[in-house]
Amino acid sequence: MSDFTISRRSVLAGSALLLASTALPTIGWAQTPKKGGRLVVAADSEPRNLNPAIVASNGVFFISSKIVETLAEASFDGKDGLDPRLATSWEGAADGLSVTFKLREGVKWHDGKPFTSADVAFSALQIWKPLQNLGRTVFKDLEAVDTPDELTAVFKFARPTPFQLIRNALPALSSVVPKHIYETGNIEENPANNAPVGTGPFKFAEHKSGEYYRLERNADYWGKDQPYLDEIIYQVLPDRTSAASALEAEEIQLAAFSAVPLADLDRISKVPGLKVITKGYEALTYQLVVEINHRRKELADLKVRQAIAHAIDKDFVVRTVFLGYAATATGPVPKNDPQFYTTDVPTYAFDVAKANALLDEAGYSRGDDGKRFSLKLLPAPYFNETKQFGDYLRQALAAIGIDAQLVNNDSAAHIKAVYTDHAFDLAVGPPVFRGDPAISTTILVQSGIPDGVPFSNQGGYKNDELDALIAKASETLDPAARTELYKEFQKKVAADLPLINVAEWSFISVIRDTVGNVANNPRWAVSNWADTWLEA
Amino acid sequence: MTRALLLLRRRLVGSVFVLLIVVVGTFLLLEAAPGDAVDAYIASTGGDAGMIELLRHRWGLDQSALTRLATYLWALLHLDLGQSVTFSRPIRDVILERLPNTLLLMGSATALSFGLGSALGIYAGARPGSFRDRLLSIGSLALYAVPGFWLGLVLIIVFAVDLRWFPIGGIESIASGKTGLDRAADIARHLILPVSALGFIYLALYLRMMRAGMSEVWRQDFVLAAFAKGLSRRRIVLAHVARNALLPLVTMLGLQSAQMLGGSVVIESVFSVPGLGRLAQEAVAARDTPLLLGIILVSAVLVIVINLLVDIAYAFLDPRVGASEAGA
Repeated sequence: MSDFTISRRSVLAGSALLLASTALPTIGWAQTPKKGGRLVVAADSEPRNLNPAIVASNGVFFISSKIVETLAEASFDGKDGLDPRLATSWEGAADGLSVTFKLREGVKWHDGKPFTSADVAFSALQIWKPLQNLGRTVFKDLEAVDTPDELTAVFKFARPTPFQLIRNALPALSSVVPKHIYETGNIEENPANNAPVGTGPFKFAEHKSGEYYRLERNADYWGKDQPYLDEIIYQVLPDRTSAASALEAEEIQLAAFSAVPLADLDRISKVPGLKVITKGYEALTYQLVVEINHRRKELADLKVRQAIAHAIDKDFVVRTVFLGYAATATGPVPKNDPQFYTTDVPTYAFDVAKANALLDEAGYSRGDDGKRFSLKLLPAPYFNETKQFGDYLRQALAAIGIDAQLVNNDSAAHIKAVYTDHAFDLAVGPPVFRGDPAISTTILVQSGIPDGVPFSNQGGYKNDELDALIAKASETLDPAARTELYKEFQKKVAADLPLINVAEWSFISVIRDTVGNVANNPRWAVSNWADTWLEA
Repeated sequence: MTRALLLLRRRLVGSVFVLLIVVVGTFLLLEAAPGDAVDAYIASTGGDAGMIELLRHRWGLDQSALTRLATYLWALLHLDLGQSVTFSRPIRDVILERLPNTLLLMGSATALSFGLGSALGIYAGARPGSFRDRLLSIGSLALYAVPGFWLGLVLIIVFAVDLRWFPIGGIESIASGKTGLDRAADIARHLILPVSALGFIYLALYLRMMRAGMSEVWRQDFVLAAFAKGLSRRRIVLAHVARNALLPLVTMLGLQSAQMLGGSVVIESVFSVPGLGRLAQEAVAARDTPLLLGIILVSAVLVIVINLLVDIAYAFLDPRVGASEAGA
């Protein structure tokens, strides 16, 4: 897994087959959870800040979601796709100006102090809204949090805020941290950011830099009989091949977030005792996107963008780059999203002849060397797949007479080149869909974003109609009407191609078959693992 | 002893300049790399313009490069290595935590390659041109040609995954609560594979150097004289030929220490050893300039100290060297 944040919802034909072939034999076997045991998990990065209330990213959640809990967690079958955690119920007012949360009774912080509505109010107002990477957008209109009693928190908004958005944001954005630990001193310098104190099933025990994190069982956890495990160890394995070796040598029991490279999965799925699982990441969908710099006059021409879309063989990309562990994309909302996705959008079939014709029409005819024009192409370095797609795209563009020069950078240099310096023509990016287009999707095409903001529209694209649509959706309270607006949004994006959505993918877990209750919610790897258990 | 002290004084004065050049050079190199620590950080978190500005200010990155270099050098003058951006901890603590692991890995690997390499070199050089000489020369050359990470991976697959004799990585068992001798044995067990991977590659250098040196010495007149005196072949090989061929190896040992630090970056990653090499790699990726400077400084000091020790050893091994140095 990369520390970088991501998401996806469909279990694809190929991966479903694989799941069936490897996971089925164990279903219906040994269903009584056992207590005790140490679960050892591969970790590939050590986040500099472990506080999920400040840094809402999968790299942080992977470890800290076991320690610090959110108000609600994503669920396969719960109402609105949610399962209660620290909140037991939530209700939005009709005017969109308030949301009332009822909180769980009898919950204690790891240091023994009681959890109350004051902690929720403090986390929301002092951390999510001013400091959190995602909360700064979603909670920007949060004005106050009233606490009429210890178990009720009422969020008050300055402007009508869609309850649907708040609900969709709960699993990732609502980590509650203790007020009594954070209220004195600078929140960002608080030592608890590296040794979190929460209400979760596991307590932070120690971190040995470069070696491991150790979490131990919280005996006072509110969940009945939970957690089952005594200990969770995150073993830091910086080399990608070592996670596979460690699994085979039975030194670790789980490698989540595709820590085992796709190319190794076929081999490792045949090792007795190991399972390859694609389930449990449905709410963590990453999108493979071609980012476009509209300042380039050729790319500002819709015909050229359409030509590029027609030149990409999405099926080939899914088959070859992702080895089938992905789905082709039609637009800015992934297919596996249960609320917003629509198929009613313009599509671009793989058609090189048509792409060539479009470019001719646009007036970019081939020169003597067969080239129409040159482009600078910057694939994001965070995933093998983004880099490999960069190689593919170069060849696909060559077929239509566009000469793409690949520029490979490391993370810091890529972020600077694309989002601050705009020194790109095309870039390959992996933005994340986080269950609601308003969280981190509309920002990819909306105009007026300052330079330097990563994973946003830095391609100089401006479409007043689209901007108006996004603004309208952000203040539409009725969920059905709001959903309609986002369907319109998908249609417009697919038609005007401010960027090109190519594929959607998520992660793979490789796990010992002795681990029980695996992948039982759509954010399993970043959920609290209170019910996870180990066969002795 | 005064000879050694004089040498030490001259070396220390020179070292200060070397260190200054190293620090300024590294700072400029990292400055020239695109993207700063905030860019590296937001690659994993995202964030809006306000948050990014706040971070740049908090991490002091809104100041000019010159100001930052001056601040760093001023703090360094007070022996303060500063604060790491990635770890939000004092750099001294971070480095001291990792340094022993790297020293242990490097020291053992050097001992292995020097010890075994020169022993095999003597064995091969005792009869230049013989079958065993050819076999060892070719074998060691093949080993030298192997990339370190590949050798590491092969060792892991054979000895850790298939045979399960050794752990696949790490420096010691996780949260095992072992102390004293038990812990030392545990660490040794974890180090066997990485030390072999690192040590075997450099072994060839010492082997071939020893062998080449010896074949040179065999042609010297004093060897003929020794034979004429009726000394046993064994004594001639060890006391006359090998001893005279040993000096260049000691020089090599000093030079090699710097290379070994570089090689350990790869080995530390493959075997998940929490050492300085891996830390340096992380510091570059995170654009954590002060941390990287700290690591480079410590490594430079390490290399200087080792070379100083080598020179002193030289002065003792070969009286002619020390005399000319001290007399100058």
